[in-house]
Amino acid sequence: MLKLQGIEKKLGGQAVLRGVNLQVGQGERVVVIGRSGCGKSVMLRIIMGLLPSDAGVVIFEGTKLTGLSEEDWNPYRRKIGMLFQGAALFDSLSVFENLAFPLREAGEKNEKVLGEKVAEALKIVSLSGTERKMPAELSGGMKKRAALARAIIRKPDLMLYDEPTTGLDPIVADSINRLILHLGEILGMASIVVTHDMVSARMVGDRIAYLHEGKIYFEGTPEQVDRCEDPLVRDFVRGHAEGTGVTG
Amino acid sequence: MGRAEYLTGKLGGLVLGSCQTAGGVFLLLGDTIRSMFRYKIRWDQLLEQMYFIGIRSQVVVLTTGAFTGAVFAAQVWFQFKRFGMESAIGPTVSIAMCRELGPVLCCLLLAGRVGAAMAAELSSMKITEQVDALRALGVYPVEYLVVPRFLALVLSAPILTAMALVTGIGCGYFVAVKIFGVDGAYYWDNTVKFTDRKDVLIALIKALIFGVIIATIACHKGMNCPPGTAGVGKTTTEAVVNASITLLVVNFFLTVLLNALLYSN
Ligand SMILES: Nc1ncnc2c1ncn2[C@@H]1O[C@H](COP(=O)(O)OP(=O)(O)O)[C@@H](O)[C@H]1O
Ligand SMILES: [Mg+2]
Repeated sequence: MLKLQGIEKKLGGQAVLRGVNLQVGQGERVVVIGRSGCGKSVMLRIIMGLLPSDAGVVIFEGTKLTGLSEEDWNPYRRKIGMLFQGAALFDSLSVFENLAFPLREAGEKNEKVLGEKVAEALKIVSLSGTERKMPAELSGGMKKRAALARAIIRKPDLMLYDEPTTGLDPIVADSINRLILHLGEILGMASIVVTHDMVSARMVGDRIAYLHEGKIYFEGTPEQVDRCEDPLVRDFVRGHAEGTGVTG
Repeated sequence: MGRAEYLTGKLGGLVLGSCQTAGGVFLLLGDTIRSMFRYKIRWDQLLEQMYFIGIRSQVVVLTTGAFTGAVFAAQVWFQFKRFGMESAIGPTVSIAMCRELGPVLCCLLLAGRVGAAMAAELSSMKITEQVDALRALGVYPVEYLVVPRFLALVLSAPILTAMALVTGIGCGYFVAVKIFGVDGAYYWDNTVKFTDRKDVLIALIKALIFGVIIATIACHKGMNCPPGTAGVGKTTTEAVVNASITLLVVNFFLTVLLNALLYSN
C-alpha cells in the first residue's frame, strides 16, 4: 500500500537519505531502526509530504504523491496518521478539542457524535475522562497517548510513529507498544514505527529495516535480524558502542 | 581572503538575505489573501483574535492616544502663544493626530503588543511541531493560523486608531482649554472647521496598511522560526523591529502618495 522508491534528501549540505527503498503491505507493521540523526524522522516527514524529497517517489495506495502541492496532498494526509516525536498536541486546545479537531475538519458538526467518538478514542488509549484537561496538565506518556488517539480518530489506513517510546519509562513504553499492536489488530491499519529501541522493535515489528547511511542496509523479520551476522546490524541490535563495526 | 572581499561577501549575503525575506513576506501576503477567498473563514478563530487584538489592546491604545494628544497640545501652545496664534492650536493638534501621530504611534504599539504575540505564538507552535501536526491532519496552516490573525489585525487597527484619535483630540482640548485657558468654543470651532474628512480618511487608510504590514511580517517570522527555543525569542524581537521599521518607512511614502492622491486638485 505504501512504496518508497529511491528517496533522496539533502539537508544543510549533507546527504541525509541516499536512495531509500521501502515497501509496506496492507496491515503490515514495519519497524525502521537506526542511529539518532540517521534520517528516520526525515523519512517519515517525506512520506507525510511535510518535506519535499530531492529524488525518488512515494506511492500510496497506487497514487504517486511525490510532486503534489501542499494543498493537493491534504486528502491523502487524511488517510495517514502520524504520531510526532514530541506529541505535538495543540496546546491552546483541551484534550477534547484536540481529538475532535480532525473530525471537525472532516465536516462532523454533531457535538453528540463528536463526544462519543472522542470518548471511544480516549478509551482505546486508556485516557478516559481526561477530555477537559489541557495538554500542559498531562505527563509525557499521557501526551503521547492523547496524540495517538488524535492520530487514529479518523481511522487512517496507515500510521506513522516517530519514536513512540523514546523518553518514556519502560512500563509506559510497554503500554505504548501494546497499543501499537492492538491498533493494528482492531483497526487493521498498516504502520511504520521509527525507533532506536530494540525491545520495542522486536515486539511490534512484522519486519525490521535498518536505516544506515541514508539507505535501508538490512531488512528482515525480527528473527532474521537476531540471526544476522553483519557486524553493523549486530552491534546496533545488541547495543554495542557504535561506529567501529567491530565487536568487543 | 582579503578584508574587502570579506566585507563585500558579508554585505552581499545581507542584501540577498533581505531580498529573500522580503520575497517571502510578499508571497505570504499573496497566499493569505488567496486563502481568505478559497477557504471558509473560521469565525471562532477570527473572533478570538479580534478579542485579543481589538478589546485587549484598548488600554494601551487609548493611553497612547491620550498622552500624545495632551503633550502635542502643550507643545503647540508653548510655541503658538508667542505669536498670538492660540486659535490655531485645535486644528494643528487634530490634523497632526489624524495624519501622522494617531496611526503611526497606535500601530507602533500594536506592532509591539500584537506583532510580538503573533510571532511568539506561531514560532512556538512551529518548533513544537504543532504546525506540522496541523499539516499532517490535512489543514493548511496559512488558512488556519495566518488568515484569522491577519484579518483581525487589519480590521482592528483602523478602529483602534480611530479611538486613539478621539481620545487624543479630546485630551488636546482638555490641556489647551482647561489647563492653559484657551477659549474653548473658539478652539473647537476651528478644530471642526479645519479638520477635513480626508484627514480622518488618511488615518484610517494608514492604519489599515500598517495592520497588513504588522500581521504579515509577524506571521512570516513566526512560521519561519528556526528550530530550538532560542529561535522563539530572536524571532519575536526581529518581528517587532522589522515591522516597526517597515511601518515607519512605508509611512513616509504613504504620506507623499496619499497627499498626491487626495489633494491633487
Ligand atoms: N530542517 C533541517 N535542516 C537541516 N538539517 C536537518 C533538518 N532536519 C534534520 N536535519 C538533519 O538531518 C539528519 C537526520 O535528522 P532526523 O531525521 O531528525 O534524525 P533521526 O533519525 O534521529 O530522526 C540530522 O543530521 C539532522 O541534523
Ligand atoms: Mg527523529
